[in-house]
Amino acid sequence: MESSTFQPHATQGHVLCCLCGCNIMPNPSNMCVNCIRTQVDITEGIQKQVIMLWCKECGRYLQPPKHWVAAQLESKELLTLCIKKVKGLNKVKLVDASFIWTEPHSKRIKIKLTIQAEVFNGTILQQSFVVEYVVENNMCPDCNRANANPNSWIACAQVRQHVFHKRTFLYLEQLILKYGADSNCIKVNDIHEGVDFFFKTRAHALKFIDFLQSVVPLSYRHDKQLVSHDTHNNTYNYKYTFSVEIAPICKDDLVCLPAKVSASLGNLGPIVLVTRVTSQITITDPHDLRSVSLDTQVYYRHPFASLASGRNLTSYIVLDVEPINRDGSNVAWGGNSQTGGQAGRFQLAEVQVQRESDLGNDTVFFARTHLGNVLKPGDVALGYDLATAQLVGLDYEAFVAKGGTTPDVILVRKSYEEKRRKRRERGDAARTWKLKQLEMDVDESKTRQIEKEEADRERFMQELEEDPEMRQRINIYRDEAVMAEKNLLGSKKVAQDDMSDDDSDAPEVPLEELLEDLQQLGLDEKGDDEEEDEDMNME
Amino acid sequence: MATRCQFENSNDVGVFAKLTNAYCIVALGGAENFYSVFESELSEHIPVIKTSVAGTRLVGRLTVGNKNGLLLPNTTTDQELMHIRNSLPDEIAVQRIDERLSALGNCIACNDYCALIHPDVDRETEEIIQDVLGVEVFRQTVASNVLVGSYCCITNRGGLMHPKTNVEDLEELSSLLQIPLISGTVNRGSDVISAGLVANDWSAFCGLDTTSTELSVIESIFKLHH
Repeated sequence: MESSTFQPHATQGHVLCCLCGCNIMPNPSNMCVNCIRTQVDITEGIQKQVIMLWCKECGRYLQPPKHWVAAQLESKELLTLCIKKVKGLNKVKLVDASFIWTEPHSKRIKIKLTIQAEVFNGTILQQSFVVEYVVENNMCPDCNRANANPNSWIACAQVRQHVFHKRTFLYLEQLILKYGADSNCIKVNDIHEGVDFFFKTRAHALKFIDFLQSVVPLSYRHDKQLVSHDTHNNTYNYKYTFSVEIAPICKDDLVCLPAKVSASLGNLGPIVLVTRVTSQITITDPHDLRSVSLDTQVYYRHPFASLASGRNLTSYIVLDVEPINRDGSNVAWGGNSQTGGQAGRFQLAEVQVQRESDLGNDTVFFARTHLGNVLKPGDVALGYDLATAQLVGLDYEAFVAKGGTTPDVILVRKSYEEKRRKRRERGDAARTWKLKQLEMDVDESKTRQIEKEEADRERFMQELEEDPEMRQRINIYRDEAVMAEKNLLGSKKVAQDDMSDDDSDAPEVPLEELLEDLQQLGLDEKGDDEEEDEDMNME
Repeated sequence: MATRCQFENSNDVGVFAKLTNAYCIVALGGAENFYSVFESELSEHIPVIKTSVAGTRLVGRLTVGNKNGLLLPNTTTDQELMHIRNSLPDEIAVQRIDERLSALGNCIACNDYCALIHPDVDRETEEIIQDVLGVEVFRQTVASNVLVGSYCCITNRGGLMHPKTNVEDLEELSSLLQIPLISGTVNRGSDVISAGLVANDWSAFCGLDTTSTELSVIESIFKLHH
C-alpha cells in the first residue's frame, strides 16, 4: 500500500556550459566551475599581504591595539591571530584555514584560507587562496621597560621576625621550595632579622603572602609609593610594599599567657610551653598536659611575647623518672579534647633532676614534665631554670602579683648532645640527607655573623632529626655521595658497632623518608631496592 | 542561420519580437537597427510588421501565433488590431481573446502542429487556440514551471527547453510534440529561453550575450545549418 503520491523517478539532465561547452549539471549560472572562476574572483576585497609585529625578547605577537600574545609557529593561537588580522573576511564565509610551511627564519607566515561566497544569482562558489604575513621585529613595551631598568620590581614583601635566630626562615625556605611559592619572585634578599621577596606584580606578592599565612602566623600591612603619573591617560604607576611580621613565638619557647587568654582557654596555667608553630600556635601546659591550638587571629587579638627562649636553656641530668597515671591506665592521655592531637606523644611524669653545673652537690629539683616517655634516669635534658632566672614581662609580673607560683624547672626536650659527640668521634657524623636551598642575595656590606648562621642551621637540622612531624611537611633529599661513603665504611665497622648500637642512639632521619634528588641523578630514579641490593653486595 | 542582435541594448529579443513561419512582428521604437536586422534576414520571404500591442512594446510576450493565425490579448486596442489585420496576409486569422492570463506569449508555446499551454488557461481559450491556430493543445509544465511560453521555444523542427528539465520530462514532451528537444541556455546562461530567443524553421535571433556554445546548440536543435 503506497503511503504517499507516486513520485516519478527524475534524473537531472545535462546542459552544456555556456562558455566552454563542457557537460555540466544545470546550476543558477549554467556555467561550469572553472568558467565561473575565470569570471569572478570572490577573494577580491580581501587583503593578501599583512604585516605582523613580533617581539624578539619574549616571542610575542602584537594583537592590535595593545595586547601581545605568546604563540608558537604553526600553533592554534597564531592561526586565530592571523585570521583576525585579515581585512575583508567578514563579507564572506570562512570554511577552512591551515598553515603552509615556511622556513622558520624566513620571517614569513603563509596561510591557506578557503572561503565561500555567493556569485551571480544564487550560485555559491568556494575558493582557496593564500595570505602571506610578513613578520617584523618590534620590541613590546614590557620588554622595553625591562631592558631600560633591569631588576625593577613592582611589589615587595618584607618578611621579618623579631627573634634572635633565623630557624623560622630556614624552615620557611624549605616550605617555599616544596610548594614552589617562589615561582614569581624576581629577587630574594637575606637581611638582618628577615628576608625580602620582590615580585613583578602586586597580585604575585599577595599570592605569596597568602601562602605564608597558611604556614606561619603573621600579620601584615601594605603601602604604596607613586613612581610615575601619566597625565594624559590618568594612569598611575606604583611600587607596593607589604610589611609582613611573623609572630615572635617559636617552638620550645616559654610563654606567660595574659590573664584574659588564660581564662578564655579554661584557665590554662599561665606558664606554658610552645610545642608547635604552624599557622596555629600550639601551647602545652607541662603540668597537666593540656594542649591548645591558637589560630592566628586569636593570637593577634591578645598577642603575647615569649618569656624565655632557646638561648636560655640549661642542661639537667635526670636522676629519676616516675610516670603519673590517670584513671589507672598505663598511658596518660592528658584528659580533655583540647589536646590538639599531640597527647599521644607526651606522658606526664614526676622527675628528679640536677643541674649539670651542680654535679656533686645536693641541689636536686623536683618537677613535672611532659617528657615522661622519652626520659630515663641518666639522660640529659634541656629546660628553663626558673629558680634563678630573671623573667621580664608584664603578664608575668601581673601573674606573680596575684600570687601565682612557678615551678623551679620546666623541662623542654631531651638533649642528644652527648650521643652526637660520640657519633662525631666515631667518624659517623656526616648526615645521609641534605636540604635544598633558595637562591638568595645576601647583604655583603654588613658584618655577617657566619658562626651564628652556621649554629642556626645546625640546630635546624637537629630539630628535623628529632621531630618527625616537622619532617613530614618538607622535602628531604638523599645525599648520594655521603651514602656511598657510609656503605664503604659500614662493612668495616660491623664488628665495632655492637656496643654502641642500641635504640637510645642519636635520632636519625629514616631512609624511607628521603626523596631522590632527581637533578643530581639525572633522569632515572633509582628505587630503594637497588640501594638494598648494593648493601647486600657489600656485606 | 542564427543571428545575434539587441533591442535598445537589451538582450531579451524574444520580448520585443514574435517570429513565425509566415510573418514576423517587431516592436516599435528605438533605433531602426533592430528592425533592419530582421528585415535583412526575412523580408524576402515573409512580411515583417512593426506594431505595438496594448500600447506596449512587449509584442513577443503578449501575442502568440503560427502560420495559421495570431492571437492577441484583450488589452489590444482597436487601432492596433486594425493595423495588424491590414498588414498581415488574409490567410492568417487574427483573433483577440478574452483571457484572464493576458500575457499569451508567456502562457502558450506553439509551432504549426501542436501547442503547450499554461495549466490554468480557460477551456474556451483552449478551444479558440485549437480553432484559430489549428493545433493540438497539451496542458503541460516545463521543469515544474507553469509559464510554458517563457521557458521553452519550439518550432516545427525542434525545441529548446529550460536547463533544469529532467530527462523523463524531455522524453515525454518530445513524444507529445513529435520533435527533438534539448535543454539548454541562452544569453550567457539565462534560463528564460523564450525571452532571449525567437526562431522559425529556417532562422533564429538571439541576444548579443549568447555564447558560441549556446549558439551551436540552438543551431543544431532547430536544424538551422544548411
